[in-house]
Amino acid sequence: MTEQTSPSPKTTTDDIIIARDVHKWFGELHVLKGINLTVKTGEVVVVFGASGSGKSTFIRTINRLEHHQRGEIIVDGIAMTNDIRNIAAIRSEIGMVFQSFNLFPHLTALENITLAPRKVKKLARSEADAIGMKLLERVGIPEQAHKHPAQLSGGQQQRVAIARALAMNPKIMLFDEPTSALDPEMISEVLDVMQSLARDTGMTMICVTHEMGFARAVANRMVFFDHGEIVEIGTPKEIFEEPKQERTKQFLSQILH
Amino acid sequence: MTAESIRPPRTVIGPIAWLRENLFSGPISSIITIVLGALLVWVAIQVGQWALTEARWNVVSNNLRLFLIGQYPADQAWRLWAAMAVLSVLAGASAGVHGLASRMLAVTLSAIQLLLAVLMLFSPIGITAVAAYAFNAAIVWVAMVAGFRGLVPRRPLGWAWIVSLPLTFYLVSGFAGTPLESISSNVWGGLLLTVLLAVVGIVLSFPLGVILALGRRSELPVLRILSTGYIELIRGVPLVTILFMADIILPLFLPGEWRLDRIARAMGGITLFSAAYVAENVRGGLQAIPSGQIEAAHALGLGGVQTNRYIVLPQALRAVIPANVGLFISLLKDTTLVTIIGLLELLGISRAVLAQSDSFGASLEVYVFIAAVFFVLSYAMSQASYRLERALGVGTR
Ligand SMILES: Nc1ncnc2c1ncn2[C@@H]1O[C@H](COP(=O)(O)OP(=O)(O)OP(=O)(O)O)[C@@H](O)[C@H]1O
Ligand SMILES: [Mg+2]
Repeated sequence: MTEQTSPSPKTTTDDIIIARDVHKWFGELHVLKGINLTVKTGEVVVVFGASGSGKSTFIRTINRLEHHQRGEIIVDGIAMTNDIRNIAAIRSEIGMVFQSFNLFPHLTALENITLAPRKVKKLARSEADAIGMKLLERVGIPEQAHKHPAQLSGGQQQRVAIARALAMNPKIMLFDEPTSALDPEMISEVLDVMQSLARDTGMTMICVTHEMGFARAVANRMVFFDHGEIVEIGTPKEIFEEPKQERTKQFLSQILH
Repeated sequence: MTAESIRPPRTVIGPIAWLRENLFSGPISSIITIVLGALLVWVAIQVGQWALTEARWNVVSNNLRLFLIGQYPADQAWRLWAAMAVLSVLAGASAGVHGLASRMLAVTLSAIQLLLAVLMLFSPIGITAVAAYAFNAAIVWVAMVAGFRGLVPRRPLGWAWIVSLPLTFYLVSGFAGTPLESISSNVWGGLLLTVLLAVVGIVLSFPLGVILALGRRSELPVLRILSTGYIELIRGVPLVTILFMADIILPLFLPGEWRLDRIARAMGGITLFSAAYVAENVRGGLQAIPSGQIEAAHALGLGGVQTNRYIVLPQALRAVIPANVGLFISLLKDTTLVTIIGLLELLGISRAVLAQSDSFGASLEVYVFIAAVFFVLSYAMSQASYRLERALGVGTR
């Protein structure tokens, strides 16, 4: 942790996600080595770094898809403990979008979106359907409502997945490489949706992505991960124009050639 | 840019071309066709000759009542017709309202009752029974049309199914001191018993097997060990042994006044046996669900039970329909094993029939009949399974 640059986070009411000294091991493998990161309400944070550096693992600790073994994570004032009610409370505030979409193949697009509102929030079907259709319009594919995921293109599937996450009305959205499983011509349709989400609704977002154009346009801050550590945090301007750390420079030169 | 789209080439061919292509495409293929064809014709002639001239089918038709219901009193048989009528109406109505699998069930129920009516025409059972089954076969369709027209309310229909269980049970077995006198299950037999054992075995072992499969994957070690232990233990023991144990050992464990009757013990044995196999089938289906879907469900805030209920099980159970139906077809045929604990289901009763002096030498006829009955039932089940798979789109989405 020699190159740890993030200052020890100070808590203000604006801080919606606070991670302090988060450690995670898979067996003997030390995957997160003391992560410190504070995200403010409405902030868009882009996380990038080499494969295997722990990006996915980190954002998955935020909604407890992975347990962290040391340190502390506080989401919207709720501390993450083993208490199952805390986990449910935190998950209800966070939407997540996965690299491989993870839609439910036996349900239609609309049913994918309305399942959680109906079963978790106990909304009536008609009410949930109305919300679902509005979200499908927002991601630009209302006409696909009654198709099953297998009948949709990758870009359409990922937009349904975004709508599904939004249906629970989360305060925070986590994106784990949402475009890296997509054919090139479909990437922009998904990025456009994410961009308008950030611009128009002021959603707090953490995106793991290597779409640097997106990062430049939308991110408030960028976080560079390497070997389970945060090496550098900065605005897109700082990261692209004057990266402080040698490792950041190297990585950027590789992906921007 | 725009290439003109053309139709796919036609592949329709005439019958002669078909013959040439499929049966006589070369010298070897022609020889095989001719030899096998001759063999088939010869077998068909022999069997046909036996069936039409020599076979004493009257042994079957004279004893048809025994084959169908065993020693169940003839003057009470109307109670079975009534029970079947209840099920026919409900199956028909459900088919009209819901379609899909229930339509298969209703059509099968109607067809089998029609078949029974026709068989009874050739037996001394009497025209009333024929009329009763023909009537039942018809009301399936009446109820279906009513359901289709929206004349059947959904919710009460669900309740009617639940009520129908004790009702049909009461009709069949009666209860001492009530208008319907009690009929001891000792006299239930034949097809009635076979179907009862199979239906109860299927209906009970399915949910039990699903629970065991989920238990085997549980995060709680106690549940996991118990489920795994049960499944492995049962799968290591033949059904015959389990039936013996259910018959002899079970009563030893139960308090004295708890006299579980013989059929209930057999049903218990079959259910416990079959559940272990259902569990292993279902486990295969559970494993096929990618963990990403479960994570997505958790991320949406669905709990463990909800995730299983809405995401995992619907897909897993659909994927294992073929395997489970295969299992249930074997279960149907395995019910014949209860003869060894003295129950006279279809096969057992046929041995009793053959022991009568006037059926001497007609064992082939009787066994052919029994085989035909099992074939019809098994075939109906496998057809139902194909329809169900297609309706639910197994393997297509
Ligand atoms: N369930 C797991 N069990 C064991 N090791 C794991 C598990 N998940 C991830 N790892 C390991 O943890 C490390 C970090 O993985 P992680 O998926 O967080 O990396 P990443 O930065 O998201 O990489 P990528 O860009 O390839 O997605 C890797 O070495 C990976 O092999
Ligand atoms: Mg990753």
